[in-house]
Parts: sequence; structure tokens; C-alpha cells
Amino acid sequence: MRNFYLIFKKEFKSYFASPVAYVVITMFLILAGYFFYSSFALFSTISFQATINPMLAKQVGLLNITESVVRPLFGNISVILLLMMPLLTMRLFSEEKKSGTIELLLTYPITDMEVLLGKFFSCMAVFMIMIALTAIYPILLIAFGQPETGPIITGYIGLFLVGASFVSLGVFASSLTENQIIAATVAFGLLLLFWMIGFSASLAGQIFGDILSYISLTAHLEGFAKGVIGTEDIVYYLIFISLFLFLTLRILESKKWRG
Amino acid sequence: MEFFSFNPSLNFLEVAIMIEVEGLTKYYGNYHALKGITFSVNKGEILGFLGPNGAGKTTTMRILTCFFPPTNGKARVAGFDVFEEPLEVKKRIGYLPENVPLYKDMTVEDYLAFAAGIKGVGSKNIKATVDKVMHECVLTDVSYKFIGELSKGYRQRVGLAQALVNDPEVLILDEPTIGLDPKQIIEIRKLIKNLAGRRTVILSTHILPEVSMTCQRVVIINDGRVVAVDTPQNLTSTIHGANRFSVKIDGPPQYVIKELEAIQGVEKVIKKDASASGIGEYIVESIKGRDIRKEIAPCIVNKGWALLELKPHEMSLEDIFVKLVTKE
Ligand SMILES: Nc1ncnc2c1ncn2[C@@H]1O[C@H](COP(=O)(O)OP(=O)(O)OP(=O)(O)O)[C@@H](O)[C@H]1O
Ligand SMILES: [Mg+2]
Repeated sequence: MRNFYLIFKKEFKSYFASPVAYVVITMFLILAGYFFYSSFALFSTISFQATINPMLAKQVGLLNITESVVRPLFGNISVILLLMMPLLTMRLFSEEKKSGTIELLLTYPITDMEVLLGKFFSCMAVFMIMIALTAIYPILLIAFGQPETGPIITGYIGLFLVGASFVSLGVFASSLTENQIIAATVAFGLLLLFWMIGFSASLAGQIFGDILSYISLTAHLEGFAKGVIGTEDIVYYLIFISLFLFLTLRILESKKWRG
Repeated sequence: MEFFSFNPSLNFLEVAIMIEVEGLTKYYGNYHALKGITFSVNKGEILGFLGPNGAGKTTTMRILTCFFPPTNGKARVAGFDVFEEPLEVKKRIGYLPENVPLYKDMTVEDYLAFAAGIKGVGSKNIKATVDKVMHECVLTDVSYKFIGELSKGYRQRVGLAQALVNDPEVLILDEPTIGLDPKQIIEIRKLIKNLAGRRTVILSTHILPEVSMTCQRVVIINDGRVVAVDTPQNLTSTIHGANRFSVKIDGPPQYVIKELEAIQGVEKVIKKDASASGIGEYIVESIKGRDIRKEIAPCIVNKGWALLELKPHEMSLEDIFVKLVTKE
């Protein structure tokens, strides 16, 4: 436990010892802010026009802030995260392999599990800071409108789970190579694949299609955005996270196989 | 009663060997880097690890520190097998890797505190432990600096400091004095020498005088095999299996050589410098155990030449090293 904490602390500090974390967090907030602003601006324009044009109001029907601002916000944030998280995870193992520091780390009396979890949670901590900073948008909504709080809370739970999935896959990609660019590219590629794989589900056959939409990262996010916490969705993310953490552990252990 | 008093000495024998390496082999892919390395290090001993570039020193050390396992063979450190119980081994060693890989974005003090913590120094003692090791390795003045900003020699000191920080039973140092200034080299050698008796040390080096100065025993490896294990003194006096004398003679070289070779028991005569003036220095090698000095003098004087000097010729460690690793 102490070793885990020491690794966690060292890794977390080192995120902020270089500009990387600052740049990623800043770009993330700018993009998230832009998407929030544009969907909010669209919503207020339509709402304003609806007040003076009863015909439009009928057409728009259920015009509500949760549907038109909160839900897209979570969707957009998760896409931005997909693009940003590999940049945070790529250094975790690749950098140590490249600079050789892994030689000292792995000859210290510490288990692979402690190293892995220390690194994973340090990245999770940076991620939590990122999504905590986006809370300003829902707070603004609550201050000036009446959004439902339920979907906001479940939306954040969903974001947390999907972000943790991104991090675990990113850590895995980083353990494969000493080249950070390759680590980031592999993470992007795999995440995009898991993101879009559900899109082709309708084209595939019945059973195969079900499987595709089940393993898709996107499909399991919808419930959370609607305010529903599905056990099945939570289980899916937990499996996804543990699977990639487990694979990373195997990669680390493979060094110790006789060969 | 007798049996009881016998037992402790058996135990003593068991723990007296701190590092035991047996038939170690290592393949990198198809490349056969270690071809059966066997040696052992006693508790409290400082062992010098010599060998030309690419001999397999670093590879052996990486196996001993559990960075990777051997392809075959056994290695035990402090009684624990490196393959079966790596964590127990790692708790007892301090390792200075060859290229001194350190976290550049940490300060010296933070890094040493991190290393101390991971190596099991209690939270309350970390500050004192780190201060002490920084003092020993003369790092106190740069404690607040980022490691990435340090000069090569200072990085080397930080590497040494992290190896020493938990005062481990066994120290494995891959070229510990490389890149240090002469004053610091002397300090570090003194530090390592002071560890003798309490701590077991393996150090690899290319500086041969360093070995005679600090090590009690030497293992010389070449091309993945052990070619010699002995004390530096024994290596320099006996490895060539012959007695050697250096003789300075004023006389015509070609006849002098002939005359010397004719002496009973002489195996080889080498002319060392080729001055034409007549005064020449010769290395005379005789069969072991036969003192030919008594015969050299009359032989030279009878011919009317002058014997200017006659002294035993000691091979330096450099000579031994070159001789051993170029055998094949
Ligand atoms: N990762 C690796 N992959 C392939 N071959 C390697 C690897 N590491 C070392 N070798 C080879 O194994 C041999 C032994 O290398 P090692 O680093 O143990 O030598 P060394 O005795 O430490 O040499 P030096 O004095 O130059 O440090 C060399 O021929 C080297 O090329
Ligand atoms: Mg080496």
C-alpha cells in the first residue's frame, strides 16, 4: 500500500513537472467550453424564437435544457477525452523504458501490481481534475436554468467510467513500446475502434451485431446520459478496465519469463 | 554436547557465501551472451568484475538484481534464488546500473526520499537517511536541483546514493567510478572499501588499478565465460606460470639473447627495448620454481659484457588482463 502511494505520488507530481498535463487540461477545457457554449447558444436562440413564434414552439415540442444542452455536453466531453487521454497515458511506461529508469524501478522491492496501480491511479487523478473542472458548466446551468440534476450526476458517473476505460487501455498501449508516439497511436486506434464498432452493428447479422454493439464503448454511455444507471453498463466498463489492466500486468511479467 | 557446538559453525558456513552463481547462461534472442558463469562471493567481500566490452558483466549483474531471469542456471543472493524469490533478493540489494538511469524531473532530495521509501526505510527516518547518504556522496549542495540539470559526475553520485540509501547487505555496482573527478573517485573508493566486512560488494570496472586498490578478489570474464578467479596479488604473481626477470645488459643483442636462452631452465627471452647502443633490457622467463638468477650473472660476466640490472619482473594487472582475454 505504501509502495503504491509512493509511485502514485511520484507519477502525479511528474505530470505537473512538465507542461504536458497543463497543455492537455487547457486544451480540453477550451474544447469542452466551446461545445458547451455552442449548444447552449443554439438552445437559447431556439428558446427565444419559440417564445415569439408559437408555430416553432409546437414543432420543437419538448424543448428542454437537459435534452438539448446537458446530454450533448457529456457526449462531446467523452469524444474530447478519447482524443486527449492517450496523450496523458502514453508516457507512463514508454518513457521509463526509453530512459532506462524501468531498470531501477523493477529492481526495487516492489511488485508489478503496485507499479501498475500507482501509475494508473496517478493518471486517473489528472483525469478527475479535468472532469471536475468541467463542473462549472452544469453549475452555470443550475444557476440560470432548471436542468434535471439526475442526468447530470449519472452523466458524470458515465464519464468517470468511460475515462477510466480510456486510461486502462492507454496504460496497456504504453507498456507495449518504448516509443511514446507509437503508444499514443495504438491507444487512439484501439479506442476509436471500440468507439465506432457499434455503428456497424446494424449491418452485421443478428448475433454478431449484438456482440458488436455490446463491446462498443459508446453504446453503454447512452443510459448514463439519460439518467439511468444500468448494472449491465457498469459491469461492462469494469470488465473493460480490468481486462486491460490485467493484460498490462501480463506484459510486465513477461519480462520475467525465462527466455 | 559436541554436536551442539558443531551446528553453529555449519550455519556460519551456510551464510558465509552471500552470492552464489552457478552455470548461468543467457540468450538475447539467438545471441549467446553468457555461456555458463560460475562464481561465488563471500559475505563482507569486495569482488571486482573484470572483462572487455561486451563480455557479459552488465548482463550478469542484471540477472543478480532480478531485472531479467537467466536462460539457464542458478543465482542466489543472500540465500534467496533470484528466480524463485525476487522480492526477497531485491530487498537486500543496492544496484547502480551502468547508464545511471534516473528520473530527470525529480530533485535529488525527492528522488532519494522516493528510493528510500520504496526500499522500506520508515517514514520517520527518511529525512535523516537521505541527509546522511547525501553527505556521504557529497550531494548536499545540489539537493534541491533537478537530476536532469546535474553534470554526469553528480548524476553518478546520485546513482550511488540511491544504491546505498537503505544500507543494503549486498551492493551491485556497474562501473561505479566512471565519470567522477579524481578526488571523488578516491572518496568513493574509500566509501566502498569501508563497506568491506559489513557489506558484500560486486563492482565492475575498466580501471584496473582500482581493482588492486579496492577488491579482495577478482573475477575476469571474457565472451560470456569466467577465465580467472583469484586475488589481485595471486593473479599478478602466478597467472603466467613462470618466473620472470628483467635484466639490463651492455652487450651485442643477438649474442646476448642466444647466451641467455642457452641457460638451463630458461623458457623465453624477450628483448624489451631496441636501443642500438648496446645497452638492452631483456625479459627472461624461466620454468616455475627454478631460480635462474645465480646462473645469469656468471654467464654474462664470463662473456665480458656488463650486467647493469637484475630484478624480478612483475606483470601488471593490465598485462594479465590482456593475456587472459586474448588467449583464444
Ligand atoms: N538487450 C540486448 N539485446 C541483445 N544483445 C544484448 C543486449 N544487451 C546486451 N547484449 C549483448 O550481450 C553481450 C554482453 O553485454 P553486456 O552489456 O553484458 O557486456 P559488458 O560486459 O557489460 O560490456 P561493457 O564493458 O561494454 O559494459 C554484448 O555482446 C551485447 O551486445
Ligand atoms: Mg556493461
